[in-house]
Amino acid sequence: MTDHFAGAKTYPVPPTTEQRTILGKRATRLEDPPLVSGRGRYAGDINFPRQLHMRMVRSSMANGTIKSVNVAEALKVPGVVAIWTHEDIKELGPVDFRADRGAEILKPYRQPVLAKGRARYVGDPIAAVFAEDPYVAEDAADLVEVEMEELPVVIDSWATPGEFEPGRSTEGALLKHSFGDIEAAFKKAHTIVELDLFTGRHSGVPMETRGALGYYDATKDILELHGAAKVPHRNRETLVKMLGRAPKGLHVHESHVGGGFGIRGELYPEDVLVLVAAMRLGRPIKWIEDRREHLMCANQGREQRHKCRIAADENGRVLGIDDEIFHDQGAYVRTHGANVANRTLCMMTGGYDIPAYRGIAHYRLTNKTPCATYRAPGRYESTFVRERLMDALADKMGLDRIELRRRNLITKAQMPYLIEFEEQGVEELLYDSGDYELLLDKGLKAFRWKEREAECAARRAKGEAVGIGIAFFVEESGRGPSDGAKMSVDVNGDVELITGGASLGQGFETSMAQIAAEALGVDYQKITVVHGQTDRIAQGIGAHAARATVLTGGAVNETALKLRAKALEFGAELLQLPVGDLDIVDGVIVKKGAPPGGPSLSLGDLAKKLAPGAKLLNGRDPHLAVEAWFNTDHTVFPYGIHFAQVRVDRQTGQTVCENFLIAYDIGRAVNPMMVEGQLVGGCVQGLGGALYEEFAYSESGEPLAVTFVDYLLPTMREAPQIDVMITEDAPSPMNPLGIKGAGEGGINGVGGAIASAIDDALGKAGAVVQLPVTPQRMKAMLA
Amino acid sequence: MKPAAFLYHAPRTLEAALTLLAEVAPQDGRILAGGQSLVPAMAFRLARPTHLVDINGVAGLDRLAIDGNVLSVGATVRHAAFHKADPAFGVLGALLADVVHNIAHYPIRTRGTMCGSLAHADPASEWCLTAITLGAEMVAKTAKGARRIPAADYFQGIMSTALEPDELLAEVRLPLLANGTKHGFYEFNRRAGDFAIGMALVTYRVENGKIADAHVGIGGIEGSPRRVPEAEAALNGQAPGKVAFEAAGKATAAVVDPIEDTQTPASYRRDLAATVVSRALERAAA
Ligand SMILES: Cc1cc2nc3c(=O)[nH]c(=O)nc-3n(C[C@H](O)[C@H](O)[C@H](O)COP(=O)(O)OP(=O)(O)OC[C@H]3O[C@@H](n4cnc5c(N)ncnc54)[C@H](O)[C@@H]3O)c2cc1C
Repeated sequence: MTDHFAGAKTYPVPPTTEQRTILGKRATRLEDPPLVSGRGRYAGDINFPRQLHMRMVRSSMANGTIKSVNVAEALKVPGVVAIWTHEDIKELGPVDFRADRGAEILKPYRQPVLAKGRARYVGDPIAAVFAEDPYVAEDAADLVEVEMEELPVVIDSWATPGEFEPGRSTEGALLKHSFGDIEAAFKKAHTIVELDLFTGRHSGVPMETRGALGYYDATKDILELHGAAKVPHRNRETLVKMLGRAPKGLHVHESHVGGGFGIRGELYPEDVLVLVAAMRLGRPIKWIEDRREHLMCANQGREQRHKCRIAADENGRVLGIDDEIFHDQGAYVRTHGANVANRTLCMMTGGYDIPAYRGIAHYRLTNKTPCATYRAPGRYESTFVRERLMDALADKMGLDRIELRRRNLITKAQMPYLIEFEEQGVEELLYDSGDYELLLDKGLKAFRWKEREAECAARRAKGEAVGIGIAFFVEESGRGPSDGAKMSVDVNGDVELITGGASLGQGFETSMAQIAAEALGVDYQKITVVHGQTDRIAQGIGAHAARATVLTGGAVNETALKLRAKALEFGAELLQLPVGDLDIVDGVIVKKGAPPGGPSLSLGDLAKKLAPGAKLLNGRDPHLAVEAWFNTDHTVFPYGIHFAQVRVDRQTGQTVCENFLIAYDIGRAVNPMMVEGQLVGGCVQGLGGALYEEFAYSESGEPLAVTFVDYLLPTMREAPQIDVMITEDAPSPMNPLGIKGAGEGGINGVGGAIASAIDDALGKAGAVVQLPVTPQRMKAMLA
Repeated sequence: MKPAAFLYHAPRTLEAALTLLAEVAPQDGRILAGGQSLVPAMAFRLARPTHLVDINGVAGLDRLAIDGNVLSVGATVRHAAFHKADPAFGVLGALLADVVHNIAHYPIRTRGTMCGSLAHADPASEWCLTAITLGAEMVAKTAKGARRIPAADYFQGIMSTALEPDELLAEVRLPLLANGTKHGFYEFNRRAGDFAIGMALVTYRVENGKIADAHVGIGGIEGSPRRVPEAEAALNGQAPGKVAFEAAGKATAAVVDPIEDTQTPASYRRDLAATVVSRALERAAA
């Protein structure tokens, strides 16, 4: 085994759930009581006295020069306080993105807070109205007259690039990831398959639309943003820079969040505006996005075209994958720079041991809603492409689809498996652990693959179009470098755990409490978990890229262990026993193995004894309180397989998913019930992208799906039976708990698995080249 | 998504409602029934009525009863009233119960009204299809009087009817169906509860082993729902079964003039027309 872990800190195999008290158990969610009793506090529930309401005036043209904006009539509406255009906020720069590779060349494509002489998509904010109530604000916004001159639009990312502005192409960047000798691979290939594939434009559509409240607390000179989500600390950093405030003068607060999926919580023009207006107008500003705005303006994703080919030798060993990608970024570069295109590129080879790869991505600006990360960014796309290629290759070589995959999977013996790219500055991938073939065997068995194959064949013989499909994928999660947490026990024995994490509804509080409770030795329900408050802790990574449980969880574990050590140190002195003889059970320090009634000291009582000035301290810091950090240089790589069974109605073209199985290795699950929730929820979203959801645009750039009548989210009634098989065969050696992320494993392979199943149902490998597979497209395919 | 300003009226009697309507109709005053079509349109500001005449509190409009050989459905009778087939309504009751579950979702059905659907006249409205297929009669009232409009003269294209702005659709009268009448409904949409992309409602009787008095109605395919005489001709006198049903489907596809939308070409709806007709017929026979 090559020592790819050289220099990295690795950890021994962690205990299993059976060996644990609360970690790994199906613990009831701590955050639910207010949420299920109608007492949640979402952005819309927050109000400040004397607040004004903001309403945006948006472009109705996909590309045009703004000739004039006439606000005279609108200003006459009683209750209107101010109306701003770009002129009023000239000093504000565009909304910044987080640094990534190639960041400099993308800077000119950033979105201004209000359109600057030019609007580039339908929905682009042109003016902001501030009024006494939201109805008046909307009335006035209707009266703002925007005069525009139409410019030619770029709709398809693969069309000849246009001009973003004079001298600047709509191809923002040309990205490349490669390894091995791709030309040689194709030259010596026994079989080559080429496909032209499309993933449709769709996105996360949380039930709670975006919302932002700006509040200026003059008594403290602090500007507050409420309604934040996902990455409060990151957004604070960006806002501090954009607004030129000292960090201590700007704080970001998360409340309940009704879903995020990568898109809610990123920084948008409206977030910046409510802050600037709160300062300048001297009144709190509230903005709640409506659904139509949401479907026109919040980050979208996934739209890519892949001209790809795969080469294999006579045994079905893949020699290389070559892919030219046209990535539709929409009208501006938003918070993630070129991240999604880069993630598509780097994860393309997935779980297969492939010697040569070349991926080129044309990162193109179009006149559609800007894009950024949506749950499993770049991976939903690349898995679809890779697994399409594998199916088509199997068919062309006359090999069984499973057998072809088996021959190419990275083996357990090859772990840790390193993927290094030739391009300078492109980060390597180090798959930390995995037994892919074991999961394949377990998954096939759980799905009853063989039996289903026979059942489908029998039904097909009777005229039905039914089939099964598979998609294998590798996920990434828990990217470093570092996160911290603070923890304290009060005199009542209640524990406060302060993190810089964020909760989008995924059960963050519960999972952190479980980790802390296990390490410290208290009831997890005794723990209050603070998150999303920049004034409580200086740093935080928020909740994205399936990171929270791994990285923040790691920090919480370290912190709880440190607190435990402190408690035991004093406990040993007070109980006059060696530290090694002590344990903490249910918040009480006891002698290990002693019968009830033996020497004991509750953590609450200990906290009392550690008050400032206490003799016991003897020069040490008071309080039962600590802070600790978790550092890691490495990402962890969970992996999974999606299995689907579909039925196609040849007459109507409708595809119905009859059954679905998610097989997923998570290393160690903190709470299997919540992992299942994550996986199943993600899976339904994946079905949306595979069969229902699409942000379609007309030739002139008019968005065609701006309500739920046209943007078809799958509902309970479209969701099939979804079974989940969580395995813990490959705990991560990169963190002490062995955990890997759960957020994106439910969605990653859905497009690929559904396409594979449809091919099987129709008896036509490589039939599905475009997602979503709508009935109309299916009919065209069958014609 | 906040509606533009409007004045709200809540009359308690039919007379008061009609007087008000006469007054405000010329200024785009509108009736508010279940609000399940009108209110979303107002939220999008696609509709900006200046006055709303809320008929939900008007006494007597919730009447649902048999008058001789018709079922009379008053203006505030909700979709949900038909969830369970009332045995007193005979075959018609069973047909309505079969159809109603395809309209929207449960909460919407507890507010939306049959007369509201008929007044709104969405091309894919199940009740509009029902009215035309069964040959219903609309009772329109104004402050000055009342008139009866047969379904065949009532629908005038996408969201357009014979109703005048000052007319209240007080009642729809659906003919009861003879015992033994076969009925079948089939709807195709992408998700449960969505408006149909295409649907068909059929009724027929079997006399001496042959189909008689076939009614074939299609909805969602053209600007208004309508009966398809060519399909009915293909059925009458034939033995019920796959051959006749497919012939009726084909006959339908041959004569329809389908609407198009950005997702759906005319050819798709033409094909679909054949499918929904033959499937509705199969259901009727089942
Ligand atoms: C999510 C959703 C899905 C839906 N899906 C379907 C579906 O699948 N099939 C379907 O058929 N419908 C569907 N609908 C519409 C629903 O059935 C409405 O209830 C119906 O279209 C209108 O009835 P209403 O009583 O709500 O009328 P309102 O919304 O109150 O009024 C609609 C229009 O009719 C006028 N009007 C109402 N009553 C009268 C009257 N008595 N006389 C004269 N004019 C009148 C109003 O002035 C208004 O212009 C859906 C609605 C929603 C929100």
